[in-house]
Amino acid sequence: MSASHGEAQAERLRAAWKTPEGWRYWSAVNNTEVGLWYTAVAFVFMLFAGVLALLMRVQLAVPDNDFVSAELYNQLYTLHGSVMMFLFAVPVFEAFSILVLPQMLGARDLPFPRLSAFGFWCFVIGGIFVCGSIFFNAAPQGGWFMYPPLNTTYYEGVGPDIWLLGLSFIEIASIAAAVELIVGVLKCRPPGMRINLIPLYCWYILVVAGMILFAFPPLIAGDLLFELQRAFDWPFFDTARGGDPLLWQHLFWIFGHPEVYIIFLPAIALVATIVPTFAQRPLVGYSWIVLAAVGTGFLSFGLWIHHMYTTGLPGVTLGFFSAASVAVAIPTGVQIFAFIATVLAGRVILSVPMLYVAGALAIFVIGGLTGVMLALVPFDWQAHDSYFVVAHLHHVLIGGMLFPVAAGFHYFFPLATGKHLSAKLGRIAFWLMFVGFNVAFLPMHLTGLLGMPRRVFTYGAGLGFDLLNLISTVGAFVFATGILVFVWDVVRPKRAEPYAKRNPWRAGTLEWVSEMPGEAWGIRSIPPIRSRYPLWEQDDLFEVVDSGRGLLPDAEEGQRETLITTAIDAEPVQVLRVPGPTWVTIWAALFTGGVFIFATYHWWWATLVAGVLALVAILVWLWTGTAPIPEKRTKPVGDGRSLPLYSSGSTSVGWWGLLITMLASLTAYAGLVFGYFYFWTIHDDFPPTSASGPGSGWALATAAAVLGSWALTLYARRANRRAGSTVFHLTLLVAALLSIAGTAIAISGPLRAGLDPVTHVYPATVWVLVGWSAVHAAVGTVMQLYCIARRAAGRLTGEFDIDIQNVGLYWHFVVIKIAITLALVAVFPSVV
Amino acid sequence: MALSRKQASLWILIAGPTAWAVHFLVSYWVAAAYCAKAGREAALEPARTPILWLSAAAIIVILALGVAAWRQHRAGRGGSVPHREDTALDRQRFLGFATLLLCGLSVVAVIYTTLVVFFFETCQ
Repeated sequence: MSASHGEAQAERLRAAWKTPEGWRYWSAVNNTEVGLWYTAVAFVFMLFAGVLALLMRVQLAVPDNDFVSAELYNQLYTLHGSVMMFLFAVPVFEAFSILVLPQMLGARDLPFPRLSAFGFWCFVIGGIFVCGSIFFNAAPQGGWFMYPPLNTTYYEGVGPDIWLLGLSFIEIASIAAAVELIVGVLKCRPPGMRINLIPLYCWYILVVAGMILFAFPPLIAGDLLFELQRAFDWPFFDTARGGDPLLWQHLFWIFGHPEVYIIFLPAIALVATIVPTFAQRPLVGYSWIVLAAVGTGFLSFGLWIHHMYTTGLPGVTLGFFSAASVAVAIPTGVQIFAFIATVLAGRVILSVPMLYVAGALAIFVIGGLTGVMLALVPFDWQAHDSYFVVAHLHHVLIGGMLFPVAAGFHYFFPLATGKHLSAKLGRIAFWLMFVGFNVAFLPMHLTGLLGMPRRVFTYGAGLGFDLLNLISTVGAFVFATGILVFVWDVVRPKRAEPYAKRNPWRAGTLEWVSEMPGEAWGIRSIPPIRSRYPLWEQDDLFEVVDSGRGLLPDAEEGQRETLITTAIDAEPVQVLRVPGPTWVTIWAALFTGGVFIFATYHWWWATLVAGVLALVAILVWLWTGTAPIPEKRTKPVGDGRSLPLYSSGSTSVGWWGLLITMLASLTAYAGLVFGYFYFWTIHDDFPPTSASGPGSGWALATAAAVLGSWALTLYARRANRRAGSTVFHLTLLVAALLSIAGTAIAISGPLRAGLDPVTHVYPATVWVLVGWSAVHAAVGTVMQLYCIARRAAGRLTGEFDIDIQNVGLYWHFVVIKIAITLALVAVFPSVV
Repeated sequence: MALSRKQASLWILIAGPTAWAVHFLVSYWVAAAYCAKAGREAALEPARTPILWLSAAAIIVILALGVAAWRQHRAGRGGSVPHREDTALDRQRFLGFATLLLCGLSVVAVIYTTLVVFFFETCQ
């Protein structure tokens, strides 16, 4: 290949991936931009929540202080916890991953860039909404876990609503990121990167994204129940009408405990990436790390009740959860030993990232050990809700997350910007943070054991807390100074400094093949991968990439393209056209945000209008940006290969994206079903014996309509390939009508049976189950109509049929939900 | 040695932990439902028996998986680590070894859970 030919290829690639300029810059959707914004905004939220913490420490510095009022103090700790968890700890991992993962996989972008952009804008809007509330004295006050009845009955104002709706909105963004990352890891790898060769970072991200799918939805279900009680007085948590506040605790902690690991594992993934580089050898025990990641991912779902040891649950229940809480220490310990072994076996270069890693492990191990203490029921009964718990959780989160993130920042900064952070400032920041952290949080163990409860806005003199609190406050400010130095290092102008050299840390993983500074295309051409550390073990890698001898070295049609490979062996199977810059995702996020924000204030008309506009924006987005029919079936990708440009059904990434989303949706629904059985367990008259439900006739009619719609949708999917468009249109139209009828019949049942959701938890539960299923069927109707329109417009054909394939998949889930709902409402009451 | 792609699956990797999860949730649910209906002072015995049967079933399933995983890991060159070759064989052996490790962890976790019903005489 001649040099000029190579340069022409590079020019075309550059043009296709060009970042928009001027104000249009903000319409970018490419992972390098969105990932960077995401990281920056998450960091800003962290600084905001950090300032809240400093205000708390000032208040607690001396006894009987009146620096802030009790009410403001409540807002401070509630927002501090909520913002750190929901707006920093989880999003920053998504942000990092969106930024780095495609580079690690030699992909030009993740498969759904606009979904990432949508998630980011949702995150910004929701985050500003939640954080802004404190400036209007309207922030939630009930703690980051929002327990009822405190937050259903005793707090006036919109604080809890802001928490519930604002954060539900952000949870949706997290699920969007999870979908993106799972499909990214499984389907967007370089050729030859088999499952036993993928970077360990990818294993962790795969596990964590999977965890998000099963952890966040129960909270969304809980949020829904909670908001229904706050807005419409449906009594899910009101004991006088059959509800139970403990149900919230279950739903919250089914989310809340896995969330700790959702935060921790990606940070450990950074450690697993950084340690081999600075030990200059492969990580010891690759399979053991996979064991640790997958094992922790599973076990972390068996720990939720250890947050509820003092709620009076039966001892045998506590025993099960104590057992799992201790068992999770095994995989957690395994990975730490693997890191230590790697360091011992290699020749360590003590760089700034490595310093942060060392600090992280030191702090995290202490937090892990106090965690094992707290996993034991008798000890927890003593330490519960004391400063011992505050000390424990900050050791876990700052050691297990903040320090590794700081290490990751230092490590990946050249990849994102082309320049290094200062090693000198890095060391100063590290030591200030490390010393400050220990001065602030080590004494809190003692403060807690001496009996100081958490979440008190002040304490009396002479109880033994005075000096310890003062020390903690001093430590907190030292820690904050370290953060300031760090922030200064990040934002200080670096124009005069030279670019880092290529692969500046002499790392072995593929992301460092990037030019310095990196080009918007991500990678010049996609090389075959034969090793876990290709930069160390494949000598010709840079040459192959740079000369365009890898795959997809060109953008002949001026389109953005990335490679799709098989999940196990990474054999290339498709060239995916990914969409470019757009404003539509911002509009969709704005209107979706409007739904949640207006609902907070009970402005129902505005909510409705925002909802309709959001639907329109999303439909425009789908119509114009998804499943485009390519101008040819296949294209050459280099190396003598030719790959299809279009793929539908279970081989398409969109199908996988939808499947994963629907699993999350099904999990949220399972949260509601959990509520049903929870009430059945604790009440003798749930469901009521005098079956006053809508009856079996209703169930049969609903089932007939919905099953009919489902069957016709599947038939239309087949007919689309074989018969003409008339059969397709007619079948799908009848399916849509049946779906509308099914939805209407479903809702009419409880209505005609006179079930009033305000009176008792049973009718409220029936309504929420029926409502959830009906909404999903209604969305299914919109999808059917959408396919009819697409076929008519020629954007869906017998051959290019992604839309109807995905709608068929969606309808399977509608049927599952409707079937379970009908069984619970119509059949279960008569068999128990 | 050619191994067909059909033999490879990520699902096998999570089968052991899934068995643990099912065992854990059903044990919890049996005990919680029984104790909610029977009261705190009730003897645990009626709940213990089904939980023990369940434990036995879970352990058998996980051990069977573990044996299959061990064989998969031993295929070819006798089961050395670290399985980092770019071959279908090493990929299979890696999946086998990781599955084996996860089965080990799952068995330990199931035993932990089962111990609880030995320690309690009543629901308490």
